[in-house]
This record gives sequence, C-alpha cells and structure tokens, in this order.
Amino acid sequence: MIGTLDSRIPSGPLAQKWATHKDHARLVSPNNRRKFQVIVVGSGLAGGAAAATLGELGYNVKCFCYQDSPRRAHSIAAQGGINAAKNYQNDGDSVFRLFYDTIKGGDFRSREANVYRLAEVSNLIIDHCVEQGVPFAREYGGLLANRSFGGAQVSRTFYARGQTGQQLLLGAYQALCRQIAAGTVAMFPQTEMLDLVLVDGHAKGIITRSLVTGKIAAHAADAVVLATGGYGNVFYLSTNARGCNVTATYRAYKKGALFANPCFTQIHPTCIPVSGQNQSKLTLMSESLRNDGRVWVPKKAGDKRSPKQIPEEERDYYLERKYPSFGNLAPRDISSRAAKEVCDEGRGVGESGRGVYLDFADAINRVGEQTIRERYGNLFHIYEKITGENAYERPMRIYPAVHYTMGGLWVDYNLMSNIPGLHVIGEANFSDHGANRLGASALMQGLADGYFVLPYTLPVYLAGQIGKRPPTDHQEFCKAEDEVRARTTKLLSINGSRSVDSFHRELGFLLWDKCGMARNTRGLREALTWIPEMREQFWRDVRVPGIGKEFNQSLERAGRVADFLEFAELMCIDALTRDESCGGHFREEHQTPDGEALRDDEHFADVFAWEYQGNGSIAAPKLHREPLVFETVELTQRSYK
Amino acid sequence: MKFKLKVWRQKTATAPGKLVEYQAKDVSPNTSFLEMLDVVNEGLVAQGKEPIAFDSDCREGICGTCSLTINGEAHGPDHPGAACEVYMRRFKDGETIVVEPFRAKPFPLIKDLVVDRSALDRIVQAGGFIAARAGSAPEANSILVPKHEADRSMEAAACIGCGACAAACPNASAMLFTAAKVSHLAFLPQGQPERTTRVLKMVTAMDAEGFGNCTNTYECEAVCPASISASLIAKLNREYAIASLKRRAGE
Ligand SMILES: Cc1cc2nc3c(=O)[nH]c(=O)nc-3n(C[C@H](O)[C@H](O)[C@H](O)COP(=O)(O)OP(=O)(O)OC[C@H]3O[C@@H](n4cnc5c(N)ncnc54)[C@H](O)[C@@H]3O)c2cc1C
Ligand code: SF4
Ligand code: FES
Repeated sequence: MIGTLDSRIPSGPLAQKWATHKDHARLVSPNNRRKFQVIVVGSGLAGGAAAATLGELGYNVKCFCYQDSPRRAHSIAAQGGINAAKNYQNDGDSVFRLFYDTIKGGDFRSREANVYRLAEVSNLIIDHCVEQGVPFAREYGGLLANRSFGGAQVSRTFYARGQTGQQLLLGAYQALCRQIAAGTVAMFPQTEMLDLVLVDGHAKGIITRSLVTGKIAAHAADAVVLATGGYGNVFYLSTNARGCNVTATYRAYKKGALFANPCFTQIHPTCIPVSGQNQSKLTLMSESLRNDGRVWVPKKAGDKRSPKQIPEEERDYYLERKYPSFGNLAPRDISSRAAKEVCDEGRGVGESGRGVYLDFADAINRVGEQTIRERYGNLFHIYEKITGENAYERPMRIYPAVHYTMGGLWVDYNLMSNIPGLHVIGEANFSDHGANRLGASALMQGLADGYFVLPYTLPVYLAGQIGKRPPTDHQEFCKAEDEVRARTTKLLSINGSRSVDSFHRELGFLLWDKCGMARNTRGLREALTWIPEMREQFWRDVRVPGIGKEFNQSLERAGRVADFLEFAELMCIDALTRDESCGGHFREEHQTPDGEALRDDEHFADVFAWEYQGNGSIAAPKLHREPLVFETVELTQRSYK
Repeated sequence: MKFKLKVWRQKTATAPGKLVEYQAKDVSPNTSFLEMLDVVNEGLVAQGKEPIAFDSDCREGICGTCSLTINGEAHGPDHPGAACEVYMRRFKDGETIVVEPFRAKPFPLIKDLVVDRSALDRIVQAGGFIAARAGSAPEANSILVPKHEADRSMEAAACIGCGACAAACPNASAMLFTAAKVSHLAFLPQGQPERTTRVLKMVTAMDAEGFGNCTNTYECEAVCPASISASLIAKLNREYAIASLKRRAGE
C-alpha cells in the first residue's frame, strides 16, 4: 500500500535547502485562500501558532482543543526556555552550532535537513514573540537575557522567569484571539477529535465529540493539521497534563498514517519524586535549575542523615565527576540514567530512596538568595507547595519522570504525513529531536512549525486541491460518525467492575517498568504478553458511569485509555525491534563498558515508521524504514565528558 | 486523615443543585486536594454512582483550569495558589470541607463543580493582543525594554485566566483579569500603538458579559493564584479614563 518513504528533502547544500524550497514551493493566491477550509486540531504552541498564522494569511480555519479555552493547552506548563541561535552572548553560537547540538543531542536519529531548518528559523521566532509582547527576561540595559540549558556549551536560551511556555502560549493565544475576532478562525474548545476522515485517500475532515453536550459532529476541510501534543500520559504518571492523550494521532494511525519511533520517550531528570499511591501526576522542576543547582547523593549507600549533616567529602557530585565538561548540564537521557544508577546502588535520598539532591547552597552563597529567587522563584514556590519543604534552606529532592515524546506521526519535509492532506506539527510529529530532545527545543519546534514552516508548506498541498472539499454527508463521514457512536455506546454498556483510572494506572506502571528508563528483551516480551490481556480485561470489565449525551469525564478518559492500551503495544514492539541503544532508548543489552548508550549505526541509522495492518490486528504492524542520510555531520559516539 | 465533604452536585445548568455529603478516609497529608477528590470518585464509581465532575488539567497551578471554591474561598486556603496546589496537610484531621463551583453570573454552571468561563476569552478577543503578523517583526534587540518595565509587564502577564477574581468578588467583577492583560501590554513599547483602542474595547466587552463593577473589596487580590496586584485595577481605570478622553478629543 505504501511505497518507499519519500521524505521530500530538497537537494542542494544543507544551508540552502530551505531557502531553495521556499523559492520554488507552490503558492495559493490571496483571493483563493478564503476558499480553503483548514482544520487545526490543537491550540498549543504548534496549533495555536499555526491557526493564527493561517488565519492571518486569509485561510478559513477551524481550531479544536479539549480544554475549555485554547490558552490552557499544555504548552502553558513549559518552564525553562526556548532556544535560538542569536548569539547575543557573543559566545560562539551560530545556526550551525544549534543545528549540530540538536542533532547530536538526539543521538543522530533525526533528519539533518529538518533540524537545520529549525535552527535557521529559531531567530525569527524570538523576533516575532518579542513583537507580540512576550515579556522575555531582560538585562539592565534593556537587552534580552539568556541562560544555559543542557547539552550546550553556549547560552542561547531565552526565558520569561520560570513561565516561558505560558508567555509564549499567551502570545500565540492572543494572536489566535485576534483572528477569532476577525472571523478567520472558528474556535471549538472542549471538542475532542475522535476520528480522522479520509476521502479518496486524502485527509478531508474529522469527527468530534463535544465534551459539554456529548454531541458527535462531522467537520469537512481541504486539509487537516494535527497539533495534539505528546503521548507521555501513556505512562499514567508523567509531567503532562491530565488530559494529554494519543487519541488524535492514534486514530490517524489506524486510518493509515505511519507512526514513527513510538518508543522514543524522554525521561526528564529533574522532577519532584513520587510520594504516595494516589498521586495523579508528576511535576517538573525546570532543567534551568541545573544552571545553579548541583546534583549529589551520599557516597555511602543507606546514608539516612539529613543533607546538612553530610559533610562535603562524603557527597558524590556524580554528574560533575562523570561528565566534567558538561557537569550538571549533561543532556537529559544521560542525567536521568545516572540518577537511576545511584538510586539502584542504594544511595538515593528521601523516604522512598528514589531521589537525588539538587542543591542551591553554593549558588546562594555566590550570588545571594535574592538573585536565585528572581531566577527561579516560582519553581521554588511550586516545590514548597507540593513537598512542604523550603528549597532555599534544604536541597530539593528530584527524580526522573516521563516528560516528552520524541516519537510521533511520520511526516516529510513539508510536515505532511504519508496520508495526503494530513499535516502534523509540534510534539505530535516525530521530526526533529531524534532519540533525545535537548532542553528548550520543543517550544522552538512548536513555534517554528506553526509560525514559519507550515504556512509555507501547507500551500504545496492545497494548491492542487481547489474545489475538492467533500460535503459532510459524504458516506465516509457517515461511516466514521457511526463508528465513533458505536464505540461510545460500547464503552458505556460494558458496565463492569473496574474504573477507567485503575486500568490506566496499571498500564502506566507496567510501561514504566518494562519500557521506561531502561529496556531489555525479556521485559519487553513480558509487556507484550500482558498488554493484550489488560486490554481484553478493559473491554470486558471497565465501568463507565453516565450517558453519552452529556458532560461525562469518565467517558472522555475511557476513550483515551482505550487508545493507550493499544498504543502501548506499538511502543513495546518498536522498542523491541530497535535492537540498539540510542538517546532515551536504552537497551540494557547494548551499552559501552562505562554504561553509556551504544548505538548501532550500521543497522539502525533510520527512522522506524509503523503501518497499521487493519482488521483489528494490533500486534503485527508493518515496519517501514527511512534511512537517515548524513551529508554534513559525522556520526560519533556522543561524549559529554 | 479523614474528612467530611459537602460537595455541590448539580446535573445540568438548569437542574436544581444541592450539597451532598461524602466521607474521605485514610487520606495522606501529602495528597493534593484534587487527588483526594479522585479517590472519592473512585469510591463512587465502585458503588455504581456518578463521580463528582470537576475541572483540572495541569495540576500544577499554571493552566487555570481548576476552579473550586473550598470552604467559601476561591481556590481554597493556600494562597497564592490554584485549587490543584492545595494539599491536605492544610486541613485539620476530621474537618468538614465544603466544595462549591466558582460562582459568578457570567460563568454559567455546566455540571457539579464545572462552570463555563468563555466570557474571559471573549474579553481578550475584543482587543487583548498586539497585532503582530508573523514574519513582520523587527530584530528582537532593536527595541530596548528597560528591565524594570519588562519585569512589571511579566508580573501582570502571569495571570492564569482562572476567573477566581470574579468568583471571589461580591460584584462578580473581572477587573483584575482585564487589568492584568491591559497592563501587561501597556507596559511594553510594542503595546503602544493599540493602547487606546485596546482598553476601550476590552472594558466594553467586560461590561457586555455582565461582569460587575469594582467597589474595592480586594477579594480578587486575596484569592489570585498569580499574585496579580489590585493596584493594576487603578492602572486600568487610569488607562480607561485617558483613552476615553482621547477618544472624545477625536484622537
Ligand atoms: C512541564 C513541562 C515543561 C516543559 N518545559 C519546556 C521548556 O522549558 N522548553 C521547551 O522547549 N519545552 C518544554 N516542554 C515541552 C513543550 O512544552 C511541549 O513539547 C510543547 O509545548 C508541545 O506543544 P504542542 O503545541 O505540540 O502540544 P500541546 O501544547 O500539548 O497542545 C496540544 C493541543 O492539542 C489539543 N488536543 C489534544 N488531543 C486532542 C484531541 N483528541 N482532540 C482535540 N484536541 C486535542 C489540546 O487541547 C491542546 O490544545 C515542557 C513540557 C512539560 C510537560
Ligand atoms: S487575575 Fe488572578 S484570579 Fe483573576 S483570572 Fe488572572 S490569575 Fe485568576
Ligand atoms: S489544574 Fe491547572 S491550574 Fe489547577
């Protein structure tokens, strides 16, 4: 069904590809734009920026989100910052260096051309956001300030206190509001996409359910853009919001879109450790804290003294020891595994023993408490709310947690999936971060896609589509709508004995154990036998109270968890098939003598893109491989020593 | 710990509502208030009953989705902070806790503890933005912004759009919310060209939504999870007065 995967990367030298592509890409003229209807699912940085920008250009846009306002998309929670190659600090940064750091940080599992383009447009994003009124941090002279983030030796991260995502999202939200008022964007909050509709093989619409009234509706369009974020919630506990899900992308997968690298998930090293059984989510402590905080554990296993009583010489600042040139700013995958390792050795701190210290005492001595308060005040505040501890006086306790998903729907250079018309942007696609994302680069990617890439690449598809939008009474819409209705009815009628959350939690813990920070053949095989059993039990024994035609949060969650229960299997299949370690995908069978991820470039320097085989056969998707061609960078063993 | 809860239950916007009693037992002090409600809901589902509907998403105080009035206080006892940041260690063992939705006329009830706050979005749509078309911005450092101004702008921009200010206000005024957005943009050089029209349009929209007037009770500031200062309301009034004068003068 699907031929060779054509990534449509333009020819020519790396630095010229994007310019050449734009010079020759097809356009839609201003008076034709209003003839097109574009659906954007998602109102985060990627979807919000795309919907607003397409509206500005004169397209008719329908934008959907599950929250009660587009401003609440989970991008709002990003704390630390956004990268750009401005080189304002005069410390040797450049577009090439940002490109190189990102591709190396991703452990050479992403496309050169995409990543280079990302670095190229990064500077435009900062210009644009400043113009929108994003109150980035400033120096006394009025210039923009920067901080450092993991995996880089330059200071290229722009930030707005510890609320960078909030401020960038409000910028996009305000632009979106302007277009809503102008009538170019119709906003559908609390409206969940439950299926993708294909007509003659092209993505031409979606089926939605109103979370307020339960009404199921069909929406037709000339093109569909998915900007639905990441699927980290498959692990139940993660730093994602409660509602984050895989439904939109997984439904598209079941309609034939390829899912790329689903096992590439990022475990963030600095989160507040789990406490208690009823915990519903984990909270990130921004990586920016590692600029000033020093990570340590006691040298002795089982040392239960309070941190102040442990003298300097009995502390192990293990990141500084193992990675002297990057120290506390080693990339996320490496820092997370290092934390796991010391805790596995019995040197973890806190009640559960699954925690390490992040200590600000030195920084407070150096620059004063006031400066630290200015830099991270809101993070210390969140920390105190959750743990009841004051981190100005006592080191924070942190532990890795699921944070971001590099995997996502496969897209070509135009951000279009293998289904014509279906475009995927932001965290929902797989494109730019390889096997590990560097800090402050997701905000950059979401906004790059939404403001500066999709508006140029969407017309490439649309130009040939004038007058091809089907009516919503087309049989494909009716069929999809019926399927969505039947599924909702099914979920409500099982009336078993277990709650939706109990299944979600069980699945999450299994995945964390078998497909989390470290993976091996045996564990993955076990997971692959258990997940189908869990799924079978879910469809036999779940209890979803209430009815479909009303506000029903149990039903919302049931639909999402049902998809997670299928998707988890795909993740494990991917993790098992990728018989190497790379970035966040650490297969215990493949490590260097000192425990670092050991890549196998000869066999695995490619993207795994999975195709659903239909007939309900979840267990045997078909693998397509897109070889990654490196024309500019040399593949090396990553070293941050 | 254990608690007696009295929770507002109301099936639809038009159905009658009432406080219903529930018990929360074996609650760890390190459980968040919303997690405590999750556990109560698990219990209700197990008994075949409908769980309590309440809103939340980020559960870390930044998205503005959660919207509970706990013991009569919008967002509960732990200010500044959102309802999702309240932990059970803030309560006394055995305490009775009353949980109600955010109540304000412009926030119609959807179900139980969930209300419709789209009125706030419409205030922003009326003019709470800077018209900056993608691709048209000058180089970011070409306009300097003194740190002090950027900081003031950031403090106002921190509003999470939760609507607690209006829920806490005896007049259901959304002045603090509107003041925060007007100030965020008015403090920045980029916000100047639309400064006059913005405040006029936003205030008109706010009135049209049925939010009341400010009579200086400062309830808004007391419950605001983002510590937005009520002094911004005075700034909003000034901005509005100057803008009205300018408009009258035909500028
Ligand atoms: C706590 C935290 C901190 C972070 N900090 C940083 C940082 O400092 N720097 C950085 O670069 N990155 C950071 N990240 C990562 C970054 O924030 C995200 O990757 C990025 O914001 C994702 O943006 P998005 O637009 O792709 O998705 P989101 O912002 O998640 O938006 C998804 C949208 O899709 C909608 N949606 C989802 N499913 C459906 C459906 N079925 N139907 C209808 N609508 C749907 C949602 O309503 C929402 O509007 C952080 C992430 C987290 C969780
Ligand atoms: S001003 Fe404060 S209380 Fe009002 S909406 Fe904003 S954050 Fe909420
Ligand atoms: S759930 Fe996001 S602020 Fe409370």
